[in-house]
Amino acid sequence: MQSVRYEAPTSLDQAARTLLGSENAKILAGGTDLLVQMRLGLKQPGLLVDIKNIPEIMQLTLGDDALRVGAAVTGALVGEHAEARRLFPGFVEALGLIGSSQIQGRCSAGGNLCNASPAADSVPALIANRALCNIIGPAGARSVAVESFNTGPGKNCLAAGELLVSIDLPLPAHRSSDAYLRFIPRTEMDIAVAGAAVALSLDEAGICTAARVAIGAVAPTALLVTAAADALIGSALDEASLHAAAAAASAACSPITDKRGTADYRRKVVGVLVRRAAAIAKSRIEAQA
Amino acid sequence: MNMNVKTEFKYVGTRPIRPDGPDKVTGRARYGADLNVQGMIYGHIVRSPHAHAKIKSIDFSAACKLPGVLATMSADDLPEPGDRKIPGGEVEMALKTFSPVVMARKKVLYHGQAVAAVAATSPELAAEAARLVKVEYEVLPHIMDMHAAARADAPLLHDDVYTQGVDPAPTTPSNIPTQIEISTGDISKGFAEADLVVERTYFVPMCHQGYIEPHACVVQTDENGKVDIWCSTQGAFMVRTLTAAVTGIDIGRFKVTASEIGGGFGGKTTVYLEPVAVVLSLKSGRPVKMVMSRDDVFRATGPAAAAETRVKIGVTRDGRITAIETDILMDCGAYTSHPIMAGVLFNSACYRCENVRSFGREVLTNKPRVYAYRAPGIPQPVVAVECVVNEIAERLNMDPIDFRLLNAVDEGDVMAIGIPFQAIGLKQVLQEAKAHPHYTAELKAGQGRGVAVAFWINAGMQSSATINVSEDGSVNILTGNPDIGGSRASMALMAAEVLGIPVETIRPSVVDTDSVGFCDVTGGSRTTLATGGAVIKAAETLVKELRKRAAAIWSLDIEEVDWTGGMAVAKSGTGLENMNREDAATRGDKTLTLADLAARAGATGGPLCAVASHNAHNAAPSFALNICDAQVDRETGKVDILRYTCVQDAGKAIHPAYVEGQMQGGAVQGIGWALNEEYIFNEQGRLDNPGFLDYRIPVASDLPMIDTVIVEVPNPLHPYGVRGVGEVPIAPPMPAVVTAVNRAAGTRLCHLPLSPPKLLAAIEAAEAGTA
Repeated sequence: MQSVRYEAPTSLDQAARTLLGSENAKILAGGTDLLVQMRLGLKQPGLLVDIKNIPEIMQLTLGDDALRVGAAVTGALVGEHAEARRLFPGFVEALGLIGSSQIQGRCSAGGNLCNASPAADSVPALIANRALCNIIGPAGARSVAVESFNTGPGKNCLAAGELLVSIDLPLPAHRSSDAYLRFIPRTEMDIAVAGAAVALSLDEAGICTAARVAIGAVAPTALLVTAAADALIGSALDEASLHAAAAAASAACSPITDKRGTADYRRKVVGVLVRRAAAIAKSRIEAQA
Repeated sequence: MNMNVKTEFKYVGTRPIRPDGPDKVTGRARYGADLNVQGMIYGHIVRSPHAHAKIKSIDFSAACKLPGVLATMSADDLPEPGDRKIPGGEVEMALKTFSPVVMARKKVLYHGQAVAAVAATSPELAAEAARLVKVEYEVLPHIMDMHAAARADAPLLHDDVYTQGVDPAPTTPSNIPTQIEISTGDISKGFAEADLVVERTYFVPMCHQGYIEPHACVVQTDENGKVDIWCSTQGAFMVRTLTAAVTGIDIGRFKVTASEIGGGFGGKTTVYLEPVAVVLSLKSGRPVKMVMSRDDVFRATGPAAAAETRVKIGVTRDGRITAIETDILMDCGAYTSHPIMAGVLFNSACYRCENVRSFGREVLTNKPRVYAYRAPGIPQPVVAVECVVNEIAERLNMDPIDFRLLNAVDEGDVMAIGIPFQAIGLKQVLQEAKAHPHYTAELKAGQGRGVAVAFWINAGMQSSATINVSEDGSVNILTGNPDIGGSRASMALMAAEVLGIPVETIRPSVVDTDSVGFCDVTGGSRTTLATGGAVIKAAETLVKELRKRAAAIWSLDIEEVDWTGGMAVAKSGTGLENMNREDAATRGDKTLTLADLAARAGATGGPLCAVASHNAHNAAPSFALNICDAQVDRETGKVDILRYTCVQDAGKAIHPAYVEGQMQGGAVQGIGWALNEEYIFNEQGRLDNPGFLDYRIPVASDLPMIDTVIVEVPNPLHPYGVRGVGEVPIAPPMPAVVTAVNRAAGTRLCHLPLSPPKLLAAIEAAEAGTA
């Protein structure tokens, strides 16, 4: 029988050294994906590197330019951060959709990203918010735009010995907000059949000056859909431009047919979600004082 | 009304806290996997990776080389079932439809079927050893589609299955084990008399009961040949019967103890692990624990049958049903447990109709053997019948409840199978539903309402009960029926009623097969009726004994002693019928309480106890109606259940809270089956959704509060009027939900579940005018 070693480094340096020295290491954050995958026999690591004792990885800080979310900061902690909720309601609601209350006490945006499921809820919301991934590794530190972080189902851009430290969400401009919607057949405890995040900025006249649209569960990775954003920018977010954005999202995706839904169904629904999420983001801006 | 049915109660009908409640909410209660014994090892089953294959050889040599592997087993360790029948039950069951479900013999017929087993000193080691067991297969073509399997030229699952119910008996085997038809009147004449005939075909998928607790057992054997089994089951005596039959070990060597049970719904009325653990324990000389994973539960236990039902109903212009014809094709999986029977016999039992033809066939496919799930065989055809009834009412411009009231069966009507109804509560159920505020509540655009009714026969069968009185006058009740739905509380209430003592002074226990007389399973909606009947009978025997003891103390004749208010009272001259304790004491009447008599038991003839057993032939049918309001998102096909009401005739609700629980639970399971639950098999014949992520039972936030209305039309054959409540609640939800959703969406989707992709496609087809 295979045995599993467990290490809990207390610094980034120590973590990097531990990772480099092991053939079959897996990083353990909340474990809400990894432990399930191990139990199902999908992953059989020889070493678990628990990163939750590393200060940088556990910090949630609001800076002058960005909200910095440590890679293993739990969904529950982000959800209790009033400024995070005010600035990025769509990201917070996306993160809050993962699992149950119990899972929320363990799961993290960093884990959700690194697990690289095409259906990850928080990833489209991170993309819509122009998030940057802070990575450390043998060659030093680097930052990657979140939409480039994942490269396929279960695959990300981390090289051997590299580690995601934190995610920066740049602070939004005046009169901006975001929203995330996913479709599941139930109301909770489920995985997205399709997901859509929209971040918007409006001028005082209500004209959209900036937009980012990202979709999930409809392609090998979450996608940034610039054509959908272009359909919104310059418009008053009227029905016609919302429908144009929806159509652009449907056109951009490349979904599969599986037990959770057909490709055709996902293509249609992702457009509906984009349109509805844009309308919610708009109403959030309008509700700002 | 039968004068022997009691209608005034002191304890029955109240809502005390269930005796097993604190243990269950604090985690003290012990379920199947919670027992650990000294020296215990762990069994692990090797399961088939193929949906259909011949087993050419099984090689344990690599597994046995692992240190800590202490036993292995396969079908070679079990007796050949041949044509033997399993003794004991009233319905004869063929051992060959049970034994290979425990352990495949020569062939595997579904993915996940047990092929071999190992036992080792840790669960991880046992799993590792199971991976090392080398099984050589010859893969055969698998048949998943029941229509394909039913064709005459289909590859055969079994070469010894000849269709029963065909005259003359067929001479070639087929995949159709059973064909059954009942008819009454003249179906052609019935349709000729009709002004409107509606014919539709509905499909209901294979689904699982979804009990939260997986199957689990611990088996201990000793050098004297004694076999102790601890397991999660709906019936310890059933486990004894089936395990003895499958292993070939004498029944007298078994003692079976039922653990607390985390749900069964019919799915735990058979054995899967127990015979395997018995063999592994005998071969290793160690106690053996076995626990299924959720994956095992979905792949290799007994889901409910998929079925396609064509129904054709004729009515006159004024709403009288003239003919009902049904034709059911039911997918039974790899072996039959005869789920078709009730479906054919009772699918239109709610309606008075002179001309009925009901026909059904079972089909074998390379899927797990289907088994009991609440009112087995009924929900599938009832979807078709009730949805068509709703469509007919709509087309006649009649209120759907008025239409049903016009055609509802009542006392004296004769069922299609020839049995007359005694007093039944269908009309009362319909009237209560019509009067409920839900039924007339306004609906908004995009919302729809559906109603449906259903019948279930309910079972009686055999039960025993023992009552022992302690020295302080407190009372123990022993029965052999695992408490799934609050039966300990019901047993205590019925005993309290007879004995006239507070229900809190009664301790009801579920005991092992050595400690009480035989009891059939907790199933068939029978426990409150039949085991409750045995408790009432035992309590009455005890009361008679108590009167005898008091009479001896007072030197009176037993006829001069009555039992009232929990005490013996000498009749000597006072107006007994007006008596209560204070009056009796004030008047100086002679009384002896249960505690008084218990204290003097030794001096008056020995310990106070009573035993009763019976074969309950007094079951009576139940009817249930559901009202469902649904809303549909026309852009995604997502359904929201907005409001839901269940009305059901309980006969007499012994503990109303647990009757309501049965009604609510059935509604929730039916909503799940209607909207999202289904077995999805891939091209290799493997179940693609063997977990609660992709096998979508409803979660709490998916549901509104399920409102309940209990109707009480007493069963004239039961001393307290009990009918049985556990099964009929699963039958009306699917047609109520399907009707509500189709009305909300403007569709006529007949293929369940009404999952969002399917419903969206139907909405788009309806909008395009191609539906």
